[in-house]
Amino acid sequence: MKDLNNLFEKAKPFVEKGGKFHWLYSTYEAFYAFCFVSKNTSKSGTHIHDYIDLKRTMSIVVIALLPALLFGMYNVGYQHFGAAGMLNSTDFFKIFLFGFLKVLPIIVVSYVVGLGIEFLFAQLRGHQVNEGFLVTGLLIPMIMPVNVPLWMVAVATAFSVIFVKEVFGGTGMNVWNPALVARAFLFFAYPAHMSGDSAWISVSGIEKLADGFTGATPLAQAITAETANAPIPVDFWNSFTGLIPGSIGETSTIAILIGALILIFTGIGSWKIMLSTLGGGIVMALIFNIFGGNNTYMTMPFWNQLVIGGFAFGTVFMATDPVSSAQTERGKWIYGFLIGVLAILIRVINPAFPEGMMMAILLMNTFAPLIDYIVVQGNIKRRMKRSKIIA
Amino acid sequence: MNQWKNFTKGFIKENPTFTLLLGMCPTLGVTTSAINGMGMGLATAFVLVMSNMVISIVRNGIPDKVHIPSYIVIIASFVTVVELCMQAYTPSLYKSLGIFIPLIVVNCIVLGRAEAFASKNNVLSSVLDGLGMGLGFTMSLTLLGAIREFLGSGKIFGFQIYSDHYGILLFVLAPGAFIVLGYLMAIINKIKKA
Repeated sequence: MKDLNNLFEKAKPFVEKGGKFHWLYSTYEAFYAFCFVSKNTSKSGTHIHDYIDLKRTMSIVVIALLPALLFGMYNVGYQHFGAAGMLNSTDFFKIFLFGFLKVLPIIVVSYVVGLGIEFLFAQLRGHQVNEGFLVTGLLIPMIMPVNVPLWMVAVATAFSVIFVKEVFGGTGMNVWNPALVARAFLFFAYPAHMSGDSAWISVSGIEKLADGFTGATPLAQAITAETANAPIPVDFWNSFTGLIPGSIGETSTIAILIGALILIFTGIGSWKIMLSTLGGGIVMALIFNIFGGNNTYMTMPFWNQLVIGGFAFGTVFMATDPVSSAQTERGKWIYGFLIGVLAILIRVINPAFPEGMMMAILLMNTFAPLIDYIVVQGNIKRRMKRSKIIA
Repeated sequence: MNQWKNFTKGFIKENPTFTLLLGMCPTLGVTTSAINGMGMGLATAFVLVMSNMVISIVRNGIPDKVHIPSYIVIIASFVTVVELCMQAYTPSLYKSLGIFIPLIVVNCIVLGRAEAFASKNNVLSSVLDGLGMGLGFTMSLTLLGAIREFLGSGKIFGFQIYSDHYGILLFVLAPGAFIVLGYLMAIINKIKKA
């Protein structure tokens, strides 16, 4: 540690103003602040700095994501060997290693492309490099299907970092959640790779697929069953533990709940948003249950709606994004509730979109400032009224 | 000098698409490829020139109360001419532009120039204004179409530049039109300020 610190100190004269490599200052600062607590202090006024700065916040979110990520890696292997019909003859570590090697390149590409662009923009503008991408760069691989080509990940990451984040002014200024936009971009740009039955399970190298293999996610099966008016084949416990096909990190509700506990306990994710999104989803599913009639998807019990697809992942990690969600406390309840309602609505009603969580969150991201505005104006009006009565 | 200004102001300074933001419907709707954008632009340009000329000629004879209906009748006649010509000579373009050709009648650029310019100026100025605006509109639509075609399917004017496999479908769909238009507008604003 000390050697590292000395190295940074030695390099300092080169990158400071007037030094040979002064144009590299923000890169230098980023790495320095990543390893040690920043020595920069405020120059004017009185400021109290908390130890929990943006970096530590982001690190905690990354820790909260780890259970879902590790489980996702295992599940990628599990689905692969399941498709080959070799689950019983393969041990745990081999399964995990297979998934690990599948997922790792996607993570690396996402980080290299995204951080590369972030550093470039920070240099050009002379800003500090912000840490927002640490989480985005991990979220992007976790909401991708495992078979997504790496160049697509690169294109989507570049699109979301440049056009959703940097254009609006960088970390903290974006209107939408950059990771979700990356996914939405791919969904509309290369639909063949982002949906359908061949995207979710890695079958490369399998000579003979197991009997009864479909490759469809529970969501796709549900939509197919709905049109055929057949019972919905969702197994609650499999979906809850996460041994189902789906995007890499979103399948296991248990792993996501562990992450949710970490976020709520440290106060980093808003429990109000999580709770209200959950409430919105349950309410909408119950409405469908009551008025669904003969439609099998609508009459599916609500607890099944909550464990399949990206509902849990979106609720815990996407809707709670502190930048793009509603800021006012009452606004958070409205914002979350509408996400839950819309997600289930889109999922069940629109057969073109098997999953509605992505659309619901992006739509509510768009309306979050409006919700805040209404809440604030309502507050002002109420207080004006109160003051008049007293006067 | 003044006439030259009437002609060139439509290119950048008062470009109907990027500055006046008129005629957004065909701009966003038909620019899925460069050739579509160009066809639409030229059709509109023809209507614009002719209607500007005729309206400028008859401008003193039209009673004020019915001036908008009269303009629409004049514009609609020329749109019908264009539509029939396109149907006869460029059937494939006619098919791909579809409903947007008759809709030139209600294009805000055409009526806007008639109302704002041709009804107040002499014939030569009005023709030059229509020509400049029409060419400006054509240029912006062709540019928009070329960018969307290039990003969306790897082609420009139908020539394959890179493999279709990498084409980003998003840019052929409606959101792509908004994204490209927005960034082109930002660039044009930057040029105008400089």
